[in-house]
Amino acid sequence: MTIEINNLHKKFGKNKVLKGVDLSIDQGRIYAILGPNGSGKTTLIKSILGMVIPEKGNISVLNSPIKKDWKYRKKIDYLPQIANFPPNIKVKELIRMIKDLRNSPSEEASLISLFGIQTFLDKKLSTLSGGTKQKVNIVLTFMFDSPLIILDEPTTGLDPKALICLKGLIQNEKAKGKTILITSHIMQFVEEMADEILYLLEGEIYFKGTVGILMEQTGQHDFEHAIAALTSTENHA
Amino acid sequence: MLKILKYSFYDLIRSRWSYVYFLFYLTLGFVLLFLNNDVSKAVITMMNVIIVLIPLIGTIFGVMYYYNSREFTELLLAQPVKRSSIFLGQFFGVAGSLTLSLILGLGIPFLLYGLMRSNAIFDFSLLLVTGAFLTFIFVGLSFLIAISNENKIKGFGYAVLLWLFLAVIYDGLFLMSLIVFEEYPLDTFSLIATALNPIDLSRILILLKLDISALLGYTGAIFKKFFGTQLGFVVSMAILLFWTIWPVLGLRYKANRKDF
Repeated sequence: MTIEINNLHKKFGKNKVLKGVDLSIDQGRIYAILGPNGSGKTTLIKSILGMVIPEKGNISVLNSPIKKDWKYRKKIDYLPQIANFPPNIKVKELIRMIKDLRNSPSEEASLISLFGIQTFLDKKLSTLSGGTKQKVNIVLTFMFDSPLIILDEPTTGLDPKALICLKGLIQNEKAKGKTILITSHIMQFVEEMADEILYLLEGEIYFKGTVGILMEQTGQHDFEHAIAALTSTENHA
Repeated sequence: MLKILKYSFYDLIRSRWSYVYFLFYLTLGFVLLFLNNDVSKAVITMMNVIIVLIPLIGTIFGVMYYYNSREFTELLLAQPVKRSSIFLGQFFGVAGSLTLSLILGLGIPFLLYGLMRSNAIFDFSLLLVTGAFLTFIFVGLSFLIAISNENKIKGFGYAVLLWLFLAVIYDGLFLMSLIVFEEYPLDTFSLIATALNPIDLSRILILLKLDISALLGYTGAIFKKFFGTQLGFVVSMAILLFWTIWPVLGLRYKANRKDF
């Protein structure tokens, strides 16, 4: 079991974002965390990373509880949603810095050439476009060899070629037996990548299962409609 | 923490504003020395400028740096780094680079002028020490305000208000209370009231070291009696140290409990 979550509660002020999430994530699969805006996807991910401190509940990553621990993050590669880096630092300095902080072996060279950002290495981060920043972000995430990868909206701003590279990368990592969590609003991307869907609604896990089961349960023939149907059945009930 | 400190520091000393701040002190130092031609007087003028300016710059830099590096902080939070290390590292990076600008900016002109030969070296080093203290105090306070306020405008507002209060309003209230309660013995009150505000405390410390306390009349004599002694000096330094430490502890406390 890569991640084990029990009865997780979190509220921001009066807004209850997570209301007792129970979840277990198995090794070697790709999970897509889906849900309408504000359903708690990012809060869930950030709780796993220890960036959000839950009121109640337990989280274990790789069989050890994460409370008051920080070393377990060495086992996680995280791609944040919006990549905003310190403006005065050059790309290669940022890469060197993250390497220095993590102190683990990394393979950035192949990733840099894969995404074609060699020419940007000597540029300051403030001069890069959104898409290029996202490529840097991806390089920073995938250059380490950690058993758990968490990607928050990885497709943002990517051109088609980079998107294909990203998909290849994700499949590659899965083949190595890694566990991958993805959030995305691009249903085509999710359908292509995910082994299992976690659908969050109003702070609870509303659906967990494969794409096939989802289609069956909702009686829809394409994935996008099946997801939409999940939300509307809730509205009728 | 040292790694974060290194990168924050590196990031800051390459930013334009650090140079502007450094060049400002450099110019101030050179201009005052050439206009005054007297190290002691230059130290006094310098004190009047920096005692207000250091807290202001420290406050603004601290708040700006905290809010500007928010996303970067989030990136660091996902790395295997202890939470408190991230914030303390950034704090020491900002305060350290500002202190460096101050010490180099003022130190170079004084050294060139021949500080070592004059007997003002102690006054001058006291100026730099209190300057460093004020930088750390106000960067710490502004970090604490920034981490407690999600809203940038609010955080910025509170930080500037705090500066305004300690640099200007506090003195006003102090003077008013002296006038209102003039019938009563106010020696102890004014001593304590001065010691509680780090800006006032720094000012008094430097003034008394410069041996111009005679200009302050009776109050000056009382202040001299307390702050002029070894004990008074140690107590003042302890208070400055206290002002430096509690915002840092507060920052650590907040950092360990905040959601990002």
